[in-house]
Amino acid sequence: MDWISISSFMLYTAFIIYLIATFFFGATIKDKNKEHKKGIAGTIGITLTIIGFLAQMGYFIARWIASGHAPVSNQFEFVTSFGMTMVLAFIIIYFIYRLSILGLFALPVAMLLIAYASMFPTDIAPLVPSLQSHWLYIHVTTVALGIGILGISFVAGLIYLIREVDQSVRNANSIWLEIVIYTLFLFIGYIVITTAFSITDYHAEFEYPSDNNVLTVEYRLPAITGPNEGNLLSEGAMQPWFESPSWVDAKKLNTVIWSFFSGSIIYGLIRLIFRKRFGAVVQPFLKKAKPDLLDEISYRAVAIGFPVFTLGGLIFAAIWAQIAWDRFWGWDPKEVWALVTWFFYAAFLHLRLSRGWHGKKSAWLTVGGFAIIMFNIIAVNLILAGLHSYA
Amino acid sequence: MKKIKCECGHINPEGTVLCEACGKPIEENQHIEGNDKRKLLNMRYDGTARRSLTYNRSIVDKIWSFFSSVKVGIWLIVITLIASAIGTIFPQEMYIPAEAPSRDPAIFYEAEYGIFGKIYYQLGFHNLFSSWWYMILIALIGISLVICSLDRFVPLYKALKKQKAKRHETFLSRQRLFSETKQVSEEEKQKVVEALKKQRYNIQNENGHILAEKGRFSRWGPYVNHIGLIIILLAALLRFTPFLYLDEYVWVREGEEKVIPGTDGEFYIKNKAFTLDTYDIDDVENERFKEAIKKEGEPIAENYESDVVIYQAEKSAVTGAEPELKKIIEDNITVNNPLKFSGFTLYQAGYQLNEFKTMSFNVHEKNDPEEKALGTFTIDLMSPEREYKLDNGFRVKVENYYPDYYLDNGEPRSESKYPRNPAFVLWVYPPGSEERELSFIGIGKNIESQGENKYKIGIEDFEMRDVSGLTVRRDYTLPLFIVGAAIFMIGVIQGMYWYHRRIWIHPKGDGLLLAAHTNKNWFGIKKDIEKVISDTEINMVVDQQELED
Repeated sequence: MDWISISSFMLYTAFIIYLIATFFFGATIKDKNKEHKKGIAGTIGITLTIIGFLAQMGYFIARWIASGHAPVSNQFEFVTSFGMTMVLAFIIIYFIYRLSILGLFALPVAMLLIAYASMFPTDIAPLVPSLQSHWLYIHVTTVALGIGILGISFVAGLIYLIREVDQSVRNANSIWLEIVIYTLFLFIGYIVITTAFSITDYHAEFEYPSDNNVLTVEYRLPAITGPNEGNLLSEGAMQPWFESPSWVDAKKLNTVIWSFFSGSIIYGLIRLIFRKRFGAVVQPFLKKAKPDLLDEISYRAVAIGFPVFTLGGLIFAAIWAQIAWDRFWGWDPKEVWALVTWFFYAAFLHLRLSRGWHGKKSAWLTVGGFAIIMFNIIAVNLILAGLHSYA
Repeated sequence: MKKIKCECGHINPEGTVLCEACGKPIEENQHIEGNDKRKLLNMRYDGTARRSLTYNRSIVDKIWSFFSSVKVGIWLIVITLIASAIGTIFPQEMYIPAEAPSRDPAIFYEAEYGIFGKIYYQLGFHNLFSSWWYMILIALIGISLVICSLDRFVPLYKALKKQKAKRHETFLSRQRLFSETKQVSEEEKQKVVEALKKQRYNIQNENGHILAEKGRFSRWGPYVNHIGLIIILLAALLRFTPFLYLDEYVWVREGEEKVIPGTDGEFYIKNKAFTLDTYDIDDVENERFKEAIKKEGEPIAENYESDVVIYQAEKSAVTGAEPELKKIIEDNITVNNPLKFSGFTLYQAGYQLNEFKTMSFNVHEKNDPEEKALGTFTIDLMSPEREYKLDNGFRVKVENYYPDYYLDNGEPRSESKYPRNPAFVLWVYPPGSEERELSFIGIGKNIESQGENKYKIGIEDFEMRDVSGLTVRRDYTLPLFIVGAAIFMIGVIQGMYWYHRRIWIHPKGDGLLLAAHTNKNWFGIKKDIEKVISDTEINMVVDQQELED
């Protein structure tokens, strides 16, 4: 076996172990023991998590050997390591607070990230000149660690909200919480649909005019929307239902539509089975988690993650930008959104000084912070582009 | 100034909320921190007298109060955050792609993004980050940082210095963590003190009243990191001076030697060669990248490199004379590996491949199938001459030169001044004759004007070369940024990774009151208390926090 196959195998293994560990953390709900007394399920859960994390470290190292550079150079590699650092952050937080319920949510979010990452090209790619520097792994791994820890604050905040938001009424809190959960389902939808069509090896090629050229684009999902004035070349492929406007990337829009489509179906099925909000389905299982502890964890995770993020996302980033791009700051979209993230958490930390910004409001802020982080990873790369669009 | 004397005897400055020494709430000031409406005391700055909350008469007081409010600070942060996000909706002017049909912002934004683009441009958002209002926002944040910090640091520092171990009962019972135990032996109390010492608490004992404290320095973290931020903002301000900060760009052709801009003619650069390497798919080393390169569809760059020589001009005795150049460095510049010399840094920033350097032409008879050259001439494409005299008496006059030729509605034009696609309109004068003939010649183009020319011009040969684009930087503000960033990191770590914990033991009758306060990580201080009272009958503190929703 060569290094690259070892690496893929390890990542796959880690994913499966995380999945099993999640079930054990789920089993802790039924533990009658008190919060801080370790139940057997929780112990197995955290042990598996550590084994899974080691397996993922194995993926990381094997891939580093295979490619000759730190595997943090494109979207697949970066988001995968984000998932990994989130697991690491969870392990650390677990040993401080011993809160098993955190694993039940942190691991699925990390798995979602890893699965999402795997939808991008996974081939090992050579480094373009600007990436050939030790700062590649210094900067990127520190950023990943920072947002991994901040991700845990989101997880704790989300648990807090699901536990605390009154599901018997229909108000801004319960509706927004359900929207957040629904958004997570859209990611599941994206992963399911992309995987399904990639197994069937679906291809549809289009050609379309752009300025004075004719370009071609290959769809891996059936075209609900085709390129503006596009022409389907592949035989047997589905004709698009409608044409995209010329100013959007039709292929990306098509993927988004499919994600909404399949995510909504999965979410809808669950709603149909339980006949209540997903938040309301989960809420009774969280009774045992103490809200003030959840609040504390989500704040603490920001307090720990914020300096790490500053170091990696702003300071190391600036040092490298000075070396590679001749300026340490250039208002590139990725840089600006790192600053936005930083401003946001700075505001969060200052708000925690005031009364009235603990509990639910604070939990909502951690959700907002995570949304900004994800925006910087997904939207800035796919829509705003700029110097960081390596994937 | 009106002083407030507490019943413990301590004299507090005007505006104090909790007595600096014993912590007893000072009745008339409870509204300041909102303590009058709640059970728990607001411990944010230990109830010290802050200038901003005490004086509100003069205009200076009002400005001070405005900027010292954390709420105002947060608003400034949020507004700047939103403004920054808006700045990424469309590319900033400097990031308008080079291949855009028009790079003129007045045209680009509307052409590319329609009405929204037009509005974006008209509001000046295409240069948002250098706009006056964005700068003002940043400056306001800076002012807020300074005033907020001073307003809190000074009184807090004094209060923590003056605090006494003996605290007022009200102060203790209104702490978040509090318990009362009716019966405690002296032995048990001693055990707790020992255990606290073991956990590296500093113990102050005042007639049996105990204050155990650790990590006070973490309270200074915020002020330290704010100093770091202020240094960074000052450094950014200093960058506006050309002496401290210089930013130039220079294109150097292979073989060319020219003065480096921004160095006052002191330094010269010669470009020996520019190299662009791409990943070779046939190289065994790159076998592993095969799939990725194939998917990319075009070669992936591996290295951009300029081999250069830097010269220093010796001051010549005669003004106006050509300076004598002394070689100081010979090196290569690659991305991620800039070249430094006497305060300047050169970065590999751009390149232009295969620019034409010279072109050689011949003149032959149009009807000659062998195109035998009657005479040849060579044009230096950077500086063509007006007229070329050929060996056999022919003369060629340059009527028009298009270095970067293209046809614009049938009109020949030049896209740039760089010889990327040179084309000429030439007059050919046969020997001893004034009967000239007009020819148009370029790459793959050879047109005679009237169609009855006797002579024809053909391209014999050409030389090409690459051009290196280098940024020239001199930035004396960098050390200041580094210092600012380092201080910020120290402060933020100091404030976030350490905690200021205080535990009070207050004898009361046969028992005692136990109370505790920390600035963050309540879970940690509870664990500390659990540990120190584990061998005693002292009641564990109760968390009286009121979580509001």
